[in-house]
Amino acid sequence: MSNGRIRSRYYTKEHEAFRSSLRRFVAKEITPNIPTWEEAGRFPRELYAKAANIGLLALGFPEEYGGTSVDGFYQLILTEELSRCGSGGLVAGLMSHGIGAPPIASMATAELKAEVLPRILSGQSISALAISEPGGGSDVAQLRTTAKRDGDSYVVNGEKTFITSGMRADYITTAVRTGGEGMGGVSLLLIPGDSSGLSRTELKKMGWWCSDTATLHFDDCRVPSRYLLGPENAGFMGIMQNFNNERLFIAVMAWAFAQLCFEEALTWAKDRKTFGKPLIRHQVLRHKLVDMRTALEGTRASLEDLTWRVDQGEWPVAEVCMMKNRATQCMELCAKEAVQILGGLGYMQGSISERVYRETKVLAIGGGAEEIMKELAARQLGWLT
Amino acid sequence: MKILVTAKRVVDPDSKIQIADTQTSIELDDVDFRVNYFCENAIEAALELQDEHDAEVVVCSIGNEDAIQTIRTGLAMGGDRGILVEAEDEVLDGDLVARTLAKLYEQEKPDIFLLGKQAIDGDSNQVGQLLAEYLSLPQACFASNIDIIEDGAVARVEREVDGGIETIDVDLPCIITADLRLNEPRYASLPGIMKAKRKKIEEFELDDLELDTTLKVVTRSMELPAGRQAGVMVSDVDELVNKLKSEAKVL
Ligand SMILES: Cc1cc2nc3c(=O)[nH]c(=O)nc-3n(C[C@H](O)[C@H](O)[C@H](O)COP(=O)(O)OP(=O)(O)OC[C@H]3O[C@@H](n4cnc5c(N)ncnc54)[C@H](O)[C@@H]3O)c2cc1C
Repeated sequence: MSNGRIRSRYYTKEHEAFRSSLRRFVAKEITPNIPTWEEAGRFPRELYAKAANIGLLALGFPEEYGGTSVDGFYQLILTEELSRCGSGGLVAGLMSHGIGAPPIASMATAELKAEVLPRILSGQSISALAISEPGGGSDVAQLRTTAKRDGDSYVVNGEKTFITSGMRADYITTAVRTGGEGMGGVSLLLIPGDSSGLSRTELKKMGWWCSDTATLHFDDCRVPSRYLLGPENAGFMGIMQNFNNERLFIAVMAWAFAQLCFEEALTWAKDRKTFGKPLIRHQVLRHKLVDMRTALEGTRASLEDLTWRVDQGEWPVAEVCMMKNRATQCMELCAKEAVQILGGLGYMQGSISERVYRETKVLAIGGGAEEIMKELAARQLGWLT
Repeated sequence: MKILVTAKRVVDPDSKIQIADTQTSIELDDVDFRVNYFCENAIEAALELQDEHDAEVVVCSIGNEDAIQTIRTGLAMGGDRGILVEAEDEVLDGDLVARTLAKLYEQEKPDIFLLGKQAIDGDSNQVGQLLAEYLSLPQACFASNIDIIEDGAVARVEREVDGGIETIDVDLPCIITADLRLNEPRYASLPGIMKAKRKKIEEFELDDLELDTTLKVVTRSMELPAGRQAGVMVSDVDELVNKLKSEAKVL
């Protein structure tokens, strides 16, 4: 709803003004182009600058580097409204700095922040995060890409894979091993996209077509040592904190896409007639819609509650993990049932639900897979001590 | 330079529109609202002049208290301050709106009064013209381009007329109404929205302006256009041509 009415106690008039400006932006500048961009496997690079112009990339970053510091509900609205374009690839690609740049903002030296953040937040440069490796993504502490100090630079060797914006990124926030085994030997290094010894291979995917995803190869890749984020071997905490943001972002995306599926299915169920009456008059189908709505309502309420708690300064790690699972399960349910309600049409390209259905798995796997989320939640809740 | 520009709050045409039980107005409970498209063009034009000529841009609206949000949208786009004249739609007609705006003109004495060429809800297309008449000012309606020339003394306005463009010069102060092709309105940015929160909006009641509020036009009834008939699928071109000849009788 963008009629200026306030949706729940968490939102102000400014939130709603932001929502309505954003909704128009998305409806005009993004949504009509999605089919073309999905087919092309890319959205135009200029979109970063356009998005920056209306303040989308700056959200949550420090003002001195071109950011806008606002409460978490702006972030929620941003992700929700962007997702209305119906392509998760667009949201993940356009917002890849949302996972790539926070470690720069919290760990880089002032000089480095001043050098790169304004470029990223104005949409001139693209930022990506590279943690996962061909050898494994879930077990971050075992990562094998190394960075060895050599004079004024680091020499990086190894591979990262499944990296969102990996083909186009100008700054890659990369997890590397600078020390011994385990989490205590991991650092975060910002690797400029034009570094020598860096090459990229594009990956084709089940969904998220319009975002570029890559394997990055580092072959004696040289990076000036001033690009190290935080002290050497102290990167693991930064990675974990960053995951919290990412997981909340993924949860909002999942919920927003679930909503789109629901809306599409509801409209169809009212229009489409079988056996002499609209689908919604068949009890089985309207009960599916009620199940979808039930999951959506619960997910929305817990998302708002969690956003509020994070705004109060809490870092409820277990709750964030469970939130990510709840939201992606809600999306899986809604996508599955929407495709079913749409029937053959739901299997055809052109419906939102068809695309979202192909995008369910990436949200249940990326940013920490469902199983890993459960494990982390159990540990954070103190059940294993 | 000072520019007064209007921002009418209208029902978003993408909303599902239903007629109220009275048959004389629209059901407003479940619809979205937005700034009138043409007003958005007027605001954009004002903001472009603001940059070029260091103009102050005052965004005004006549409507219920929710129209404050419409004004804030204009302020978030870059307007400097706002004026709201509070009045429900039912007590207004185009003529009274023009006379109300004339009062605002007298208070503010702007160099240019920019309006949308019409509102997308009522589609009356008369306020700008009436306003010029009441104020005895030159008018340039349906502007598709505006240049301020001769040191700010004259506005050179291109107008879209049937089959072409007419270029006219009007002395300032003047009334200009905006057409869609005038420009591409900017979006309110997040920093803009934050700043707008602190910008001043003056509020008046219609009664404060000492106007004769008798209406000249009263809405008697409204009805929705007839629903579209379901289409038919044809199997080939021959059948289509046949139907166009025999049923539609257009060939
Ligand atoms: C489209 C896309 C974009 C991505 N973008 C990025 C990016 O930008 N940056 C980045 O760094 N990564 C990115 N990823 C990678 C993503 O984060 C990883 O795929 C994810 O963390 C899982 O790692 P993996 O694929 O290596 O699976 P594995 O770690 O090999 O796990 C395989 C399966 O086993 C399960 N599993 C593993 N260990 C356990 C256990 N102990 N107990 C129970 N189950 C277990 C997992 O849950 C999973 O289901 C992206 C992935 C996709 C698909």
